[in-house]
Amino acid sequence: MSAPIEGAARGARGPHDEEGRTGASAPERLAVAFAFALRARGIAVAAGAPLRYAEALAAVGLEREGPVYWAGRATLLQDPDDIDGYDDVFHAFWRLGGSRVLRPFEVPRRIEVATDDGLEEDGVPAEEDSAGDARVLELRYSPTEILREKDFAECTPAELAEAQRLMSRIRLRGPRRPTRRRRPARRRGDWPDLRRTVRHALRAGGEPVRRSWLEEADRPRRIVFLCDVSGSMAPYSRALLRFVHVAVAARRSVEVFTIGTRLTRVTRALVAHDPDAALGRVAKLVPDWSGGTRLGEALREFNDLWGVRGLARGAIVVIFSDGWDRGDPAVLAREMARLSLVAHEVVWVNPLKATPGYAPLVRGMAAALPYVDQFMEGHSLASLESLAGVITGRGAPGAVADGRRGRIEVG
Amino acid sequence: MTPGTPVPGPDAVRDALRTHGYLADEGLATVVFLALELRRPLLLEGEAGVGKTEVAKVLSRWTGGELLRVQCYEGIDVSQAVYEWDYTRQLLHLRAAEARAAGTGGDVPAAVEDDLYSERFLVRRPLLAAIAAPAERPPPVLLIDEIDRADDEFEAFLLEVLSDYSVTVPELGTFSARVPPIVVITSNRTRDLHDALKRRCLYHWLDHPDFEREVAIVRLRAPSVGETLARQVAAAVERIRSMGLYKPPGVAETIDWAESVATLGRSALDETTVALTLGAAVKYREDADRIRDAGIGELTQEAVGRAG
Repeated sequence: MSAPIEGAARGARGPHDEEGRTGASAPERLAVAFAFALRARGIAVAAGAPLRYAEALAAVGLEREGPVYWAGRATLLQDPDDIDGYDDVFHAFWRLGGSRVLRPFEVPRRIEVATDDGLEEDGVPAEEDSAGDARVLELRYSPTEILREKDFAECTPAELAEAQRLMSRIRLRGPRRPTRRRRPARRRGDWPDLRRTVRHALRAGGEPVRRSWLEEADRPRRIVFLCDVSGSMAPYSRALLRFVHVAVAARRSVEVFTIGTRLTRVTRALVAHDPDAALGRVAKLVPDWSGGTRLGEALREFNDLWGVRGLARGAIVVIFSDGWDRGDPAVLAREMARLSLVAHEVVWVNPLKATPGYAPLVRGMAAALPYVDQFMEGHSLASLESLAGVITGRGAPGAVADGRRGRIEVG
Repeated sequence: MTPGTPVPGPDAVRDALRTHGYLADEGLATVVFLALELRRPLLLEGEAGVGKTEVAKVLSRWTGGELLRVQCYEGIDVSQAVYEWDYTRQLLHLRAAEARAAGTGGDVPAAVEDDLYSERFLVRRPLLAAIAAPAERPPPVLLIDEIDRADDEFEAFLLEVLSDYSVTVPELGTFSARVPPIVVITSNRTRDLHDALKRRCLYHWLDHPDFEREVAIVRLRAPSVGETLARQVAAAVERIRSMGLYKPPGVAETIDWAESVATLGRSALDETTVALTLGAAVKYREDADRIRDAGIGELTQEAVGRAG
């Protein structure tokens, strides 16, 4: 096992190493080159991770393959989904001597700093402020009225663009749920706040004259979107994902998955302020865009890997799908049952529901319906506003608009 | 292991963990070695029941460092994880000072306030205890269990603590760790953790053990179970895990199951025994139904065949 690794190490130093460094620099160069190869494979390797890998390599040595492999997994990977890709690259790089082919000495010195850092972007908790007051959607001129009701499938590209622009004005705040956390109460609350009581007592010469109180706090409830991106949903997928992007941009506790022939988690791809960039990243990530549908299977994958484990627990789960399922409807029914047991509410949005005379006869839709709390249409801007109302727990909005500056209460 | 003693390498770690009752594979032994050597927190993700928490416990047994456990839950905050003042004693102390002052006819001295916020009245929760541990003892093992259950605010706070191993109590000042604790963070991956926290840690995805390792674990942890039975139970569990259950059995369930069967005086699996003791391995009615539908007879036969 040791031979290929020494080979790789030689390759890394290489004849073009003008600085002529040896020894200590070998792990460093190998680590950076290997990280470079992983990134080329599409694996997100954090800035700084190659340095930690170099440290780790220095600690475990390059003599045996096992530690080299495991040290890399521990320092360069952050997601078990990347393990398969890592294994491939590891094989090519360390065993087949790909490190020589990759000419690691030509790796750029500059390392780009990853910008999708959740902590920084979450700095401003958008949904925390001004909870409770009415949310306002502004419509600027009356052609919007027509557009609001128009089926996305019948929109021209220009209309679609305008509709999507208007969509970004929908505010998706709330719904909230109680937590165990307590916060200081202005008035008499339900629990004594001993910490503040002691503070006040000090000022009063030791007498606990003024008592402070705590009250119950609440937090936003998680929303999980499952978007069907199969061929039959193609006229709507982009518009619906745009709507989802609005939700992701507005609040923290949102998770998004696409379902087609398989399940893909796209939450991270959607975390970008520019909606077009976000959607572009999603399209790149989803392998089965406009393909077939196996709703039941995809839902089972969601339940097994994410939903039932905790992601959907107490959450509002919104499924965008027309219910066309090429799989076994019994599987879909069983998975919907599992989902409805853990979710706070299951909302099914079916763009076809708006078609006159529509009845949920598609086998998949019929199988799923008994487990759905809200069955809605989602074919137009207006229907998505209603959806926003349902999600935020304030019922369907009364859509009122008056010519130039209509105001619609959403939630 | 005494503090400051360098660990020779992953193999030594594996042997030491084994001596203290944990069978680690090469991957886990390597990351544990790296965590000790590079003094970085170890982030373990994996299904429930693969033995994530146990890693911290065995590290504590091995190194002799005290095990300090923060069990995360939604809404956990500083007063439960880091420190809290003992308010009741503070109030009593204040009243006593007041009574003394009244006896001598003076005011409550200003020094009483300093008294109140001294270490005497400080309740150290696990995080502070880990940071402020005495330097002459082996570094404590700080277990932050199920971090995915905590809010992201807590995660951000934790990141801060793990970056410089210090905690500030506004009334007292900053505590800094003289020897950084060994930190093990576990997550069931019910939600994604922040990249920043992951970057800070060494990451390891812990899988269910493979067949042979699971047999060895059962033999190690349940000495009353014979080799044949251990192999059959491990094979049955391996099969059950592939059935897509709501809650697949973890290593602890395998051990429980093997022990249950042994307690009934059986040294091998048969259909009746499996049906009677299935509850030790599978804890949901729907899961048990699914296994019965698939056929307990077949499961037993397959397990016996696989065990060889």
